Amino acid sequence: MEKANKTIAIFNISQHYFKNMFKIVKKETLAESTKMFEVEAERIAKKCMPGQFIILRIHEKGERVPLTIADFDRDKGTITIVFQEVGKTTFQLGKKNVGDEILDFIGPLGNPSEIEKFGNVVCIGGGTGIACVYPQVKMLKEKGNKVISIIGARTKNLLFWEEKMKKFSDQIIVTTDDGSYGRKGVVTLPLKEILEKEKIDRVIAIGPPIMMKFVAKTTLPYKVKTIASLNSIMVDGTGMCGACRCVVGGETKFACVDGPEFDAHLIDFDLLISRNKMYLDEEKKSLELYRGEI
Amino acid sequence: MRTSMPEQKPKERIKNFNEVALGYSEEDAVKEASRCLNCKKPSCVKGCPVGIDIPGFIQLIKEKRFEDAIDKIKEKNSLPAICGRVCPQETQCEQLCILGKKGEPVAIGRLERFAADWERKKGVKPPEKVEDTNKKIAVVGSGPAGLTCAAELAKKGHSVTIFESLHKTGGVLMYGIPEFRMPKKIVESEIDYIKDLGVKIKTDMVVGKTIEVDELKKDFDAVFVATGAGLPMFMHLPGENLNGVYSANEFLTRVNLMKAYRFPEYDTPVTIGKRVAVVGAGNVAMDSARTSLRLGAEQVFIVYRRSEKEMPARKEEAEHAKQEGVKFMLLTNPIRFIGENGRVKKMEYIQMKLGEPDESGRRRPIPIKGSESVMGVDTVIMAIGQRPNPLVPKSMPGLETGRHGNIITDEHGKTSIKGVFAGGDIATGAATVISAMGMGKKSARAIDRYVKEK
Repeated sequence: MEKANKTIAIFNISQHYFKNMFKIVKKETLAESTKMFEVEAERIAKKCMPGQFIILRIHEKGERVPLTIADFDRDKGTITIVFQEVGKTTFQLGKKNVGDEILDFIGPLGNPSEIEKFGNVVCIGGGTGIACVYPQVKMLKEKGNKVISIIGARTKNLLFWEEKMKKFSDQIIVTTDDGSYGRKGVVTLPLKEILEKEKIDRVIAIGPPIMMKFVAKTTLPYKVKTIASLNSIMVDGTGMCGACRCVVGGETKFACVDGPEFDAHLIDFDLLISRNKMYLDEEKKSLELYRGEI
Repeated sequence: MRTSMPEQKPKERIKNFNEVALGYSEEDAVKEASRCLNCKKPSCVKGCPVGIDIPGFIQLIKEKRFEDAIDKIKEKNSLPAICGRVCPQETQCEQLCILGKKGEPVAIGRLERFAADWERKKGVKPPEKVEDTNKKIAVVGSGPAGLTCAAELAKKGHSVTIFESLHKTGGVLMYGIPEFRMPKKIVESEIDYIKDLGVKIKTDMVVGKTIEVDELKKDFDAVFVATGAGLPMFMHLPGENLNGVYSANEFLTRVNLMKAYRFPEYDTPVTIGKRVAVVGAGNVAMDSARTSLRLGAEQVFIVYRRSEKEMPARKEEAEHAKQEGVKFMLLTNPIRFIGENGRVKKMEYIQMKLGEPDESGRRRPIPIKGSESVMGVDTVIMAIGQRPNPLVPKSMPGLETGRHGNIITDEHGKTSIKGVFAGGDIATGAATVISAMGMGKKSARAIDRYVKEK
């Protein structure tokens, strides 16, 4: 009996050690329908680098959703994620609060961004892409680059992290499509002016595929190396399924293991846009049913 | 004549995801077991990659000592309900059965399945505890090779931890093989048995990303890499990236692991059209075709570049597919996919003829000029094979790998890095569940020796 008890005790300790606990320790609403979580994920926080992503699942019947790592704190062992409530899963996720746990939190996945001293770098974030480009801005600055940040959104209510970005940027430009804040228009307008004015060594763009496509078009005549991060549909995120396949320089690549960042001048953005629409009907149906339930 | 196993009728079963083969009753099992001649020098055992005492357990079934029968199997095989279902017995144990020379061999697989199912219904008894050796072993991947290796090492008293990248344990048994062929409850119950042996399982751990093999080497006395053949292959044809063209891996993972067949109750969707072309003719292709029917496809075609004789699928799988109405377009190869608004609408294909045998020993398919045709398709599933998953090997500098990205090992699973062993599809390239288990077992013996000498 004594022996049995001892076995159980050891078993419990190891269970505790191995139990996944992805607890939300901070929650903020950053903008309209845009939320931020800080999640306890010690191992991921220890290893992740800018440009990488995580995959999460929030309940037993849930889907696996990839989200770019928006920040990390190695000491606290936390990962920051930012998401916009657009579908059933992101709405459900947005309902979670500090103290709640996320069922599965997997990463860091994908390759880290290439970050070194390039010289003059323009970092562009569109919509939630602002959060995705932030860790790169931070590290590029730390490496001694001159960083010009351009952040844009459809309207003022969707903007966030201007102050945070400013802290690591030599210059920051804000645009809104409707002119409700900052400059009226799209991010490519100030980008073009900058490219005309000074020598830029690299451009990094993260945001809606259509934005990244036009950033690439804008920089191409100036022959400035441009990097985009692809937000493809994924299932496993480890190279097993090929849902995230994209074409780069005429070759099929998997965004999850070969990317998610690629040379934007070589990416077939139209294919990405088309593939991201694959489940529009299903996503709509799922959301409608969910809204009916609540 | 062997005792037949009841099955769901084809017309019924294509409307559900329940298991097709229903298993023997006690009566059926005893009757079939009585056919065994209990040969003095049984050949069947030589055909079993894990060396089960086949005549031994069959005699026990004959004597209605079912509990002893399952114990006998479990001496060598910790996953009997799985093997009884998906082992290609016809090319292994059953092929060597003496009765098969003149008539039909003893249905060894069905009897194994019966014994395992009998025990599960009754309640699986927990394994006996063995003395702890204080040796720690990390197993990377929880598919057939990883589970088997872990079970074998646990039985020897080692402390084993499995690291699984997905959120569920079981590898291909969970994401690849469909519910109607391998009910997930059964996989879960076999995994529970392995946990009862003391094996710890850590999901959501992508080795090579979340944690490196080098880190595992510090915390464990040995590492066994069994990450499988998870890299889907494509033909690189025009239009292959259109929406509606899936890799079999993606299609099956959505349906099996993520349970898309129960969308929208489950959140992961899958789309299926009326006409589906599955390219390839292995077991994965048959699984994809039969899954398509169950999702509501009206016409499903297997498109295969060689003839029926060369099909790599188990006969039983191809037979089941035929019964369910899957049509076989043999000596046919796709050459491009044509889309509309980004979705696949048509497939252009060409007729093939067979030439001289190639390095695989099968006759090489040659396209017949001018024989191109076009057919309408709404969904295409590429099931032309999988390569070893490069994620772990790529993360290990100094690890020797082969031409196809497989980890090179000796016959005991030893890799070029000390203390690191590998087995299953990551070492051999895509093969069967049982051969992976055989390797897992062999490697477990080598790892046992290694940690004891260390």
